[in-house]
Amino acid sequence: MRGVFAQLCNTEMMPYDAYLTLRSLDAGYGRTRVLEGVDLSIGKGEFVALLGASGCGKTTLLRTIAGFALPSAGSICVGDRDLTRLPPDKRGMAMVFQSYALWPHMTAARNIGYGLRLKGWRREAIAARVAEMEALLGLEGLGGRKPSELSGGQRQRVALGRALAVDPDILLLDEPLSNLDARIRLTVRHEIRALQQRLGITTIHVTHDREEAMVMADRIVILNKGRIAQLGTPQAIYTRPASAFVAAFMGAENVVQLNATCSANRVDIAEGPHNRAASLTLGLPAPRSGRLEARFRSEQLQLSRLGDEATDDTSCVELIGRVEAVVYPGGQWRHTVRIGKGSVLVDAAEALPPGSDVLVRVPTSGLFLFAAPADTPSGPPSAADGPSPVRDRLTA
Amino acid sequence: MSAPSAFFAAPHSGFDSLRGFLWWVPRAAVLGTLAFVIFGPLANLLIWTVAERWYFPHALPIDYGFSYWGRVFAPRGNAVQSLIASISIALFTVAGSLALAIPAGYALARLKLPLRGLVLLAFLLPQAFPNLPVYVNIARLFYEIGLNGTVLGVVLVHVTHGLVYAVWIASAAFSAVDRDLELAARNLGASGLKGFADVTLPLAAPGLMASAIFVFLESLDEFTGSYFVGAPDVTTLPLLLYSAGAGGNYQIASITALLLLVPSIAFMLVVEKFLRADVLAKVGQ
Repeated sequence: MRGVFAQLCNTEMMPYDAYLTLRSLDAGYGRTRVLEGVDLSIGKGEFVALLGASGCGKTTLLRTIAGFALPSAGSICVGDRDLTRLPPDKRGMAMVFQSYALWPHMTAARNIGYGLRLKGWRREAIAARVAEMEALLGLEGLGGRKPSELSGGQRQRVALGRALAVDPDILLLDEPLSNLDARIRLTVRHEIRALQQRLGITTIHVTHDREEAMVMADRIVILNKGRIAQLGTPQAIYTRPASAFVAAFMGAENVVQLNATCSANRVDIAEGPHNRAASLTLGLPAPRSGRLEARFRSEQLQLSRLGDEATDDTSCVELIGRVEAVVYPGGQWRHTVRIGKGSVLVDAAEALPPGSDVLVRVPTSGLFLFAAPADTPSGPPSAADGPSPVRDRLTA
Repeated sequence: MSAPSAFFAAPHSGFDSLRGFLWWVPRAAVLGTLAFVIFGPLANLLIWTVAERWYFPHALPIDYGFSYWGRVFAPRGNAVQSLIASISIALFTVAGSLALAIPAGYALARLKLPLRGLVLLAFLLPQAFPNLPVYVNIARLFYEIGLNGTVLGVVLVHVTHGLVYAVWIASAAFSAVDRDLELAARNLGASGLKGFADVTLPLAAPGLMASAIFVFLESLDEFTGSYFVGAPDVTTLPLLLYSAGAGGNYQIASITALLLLVPSIAFMLVVEKFLRADVLAKVGQ
């Protein structure tokens, strides 16, 4: 099913010609395979985010594209040029490293101008281009400093300037924001995105931060264990996750198990010990009949005391539980509601005291249904190492 | 129980101050002995360099003067010749070992070589066996191929001897250079060699400098190999020192020793400045 969905996205979201094309790329270190059969097409001028938990292979994919590691199988093409076996210096790509990798023995200006020096530019032309980059990135007057004399944010901009100065065909960003403190990071996101749009550079951005990927990228590639789990626009991935993994990664960490009979777009949910019967019409093909894993975010739910519910609406999934704890992270009250053996997080405008028996209504639009894995424990499966909603809320 | 606390306690209790004072006696004795062991021979050496006549039972020289300095540095004196020989052999040795140690150290630092530890250990082999039989055999071999008594022969012996420092320290120096710094240069269009010259080499330079200095000092001080392979055609300072000392000419021997001591001390100060802790931590890894 995942494959079908990815295919769908491919044709749906790609009205332009592919510029960078990866075909069934395999890569690994020694015997461990880090990437398996990665297919990806990126259009000219497009901003694509590679999103995944640590160890999913996203940095390996970026380094393979940059030519720092050779793939064990598959091909990398830019336009109609096959780059698969080319050394990194012949690829016309520029990378911003997570550590910035600025050369400590050179000044900021020499760092930025290095690529141009290699191209054999004249000294004055290099100085002019470096000044232009410094102006673009707000580094005026800092060109004479060594990297050790710059702040983290300034280093990050020097690294970006060094990559942009050579006017690369493709810009590769390896978590360049992860070493900045949270507040600077938010503004730099928008700066980089605006710059990329202005210069029209094809950009691949590796990140583990979902929100960062969402606000910066035209399309997001979600990687899981070296494979593409889903590929699509931020909105498509957020509203139509193709698998339980993607749903969890995109914040739908609440999970309950339901029994249902499905046909085409219809899902008839059987009444269970902790849920009422419902019949839903989905915008997507429904999963197989049987045991389902239902995932939803803690937002946009309705929480009411049991017996107080306003209408008897069967187009929602209604879950019966008991409030265990209430906290106020800002905005709305966050309830921990025990449902059967597991528990879910529910945001609501008004707080209900712990111990209340409640009804949680999950609207169809916020509900993601997947066939339950064969041997699922009845509790909430841990959302792999995806971001937890609580942590997100606290850091946002 | 430490001395400062004893001092602070002194105004309050006479017993404590006495104990503090007594505690200083063994300490002073140990420190004094140590100082004597280190500086006694040095002082003796310094006095010998300016002694004209000095014999038993006199505790100090009878006449002072610099006439032996004149003899050592006389245009036809052996010392100047062997000083030049020693320094040029040391410089050739440094050049030779760096020429081998830079590629070898880089390979050991960067490439995933099988048996890496064994390769590193192999450079230690010349030091692992007793020097004498090794050099006697080298001398016999060199004699057959005409290398005995040549500067090249001595340089070769010194290179094998110094290579362990050179390779180990160079490998550590290259390991301390972040791989991403090299890749950043490659990424912007530098060929492998260009990236190495622009980024890796300048960043590893302090470590390489330190290894060069070690090799230089080792070569300057090396005796056994120089003796078997070089003597009597090639006379280095240690050889001169040996023959002067064996001949009872303590003035010449002391002045030569002083000449050997100066670069050693100067270079140790430089090494201490160049060899950063992060490089040192990677030696032999």
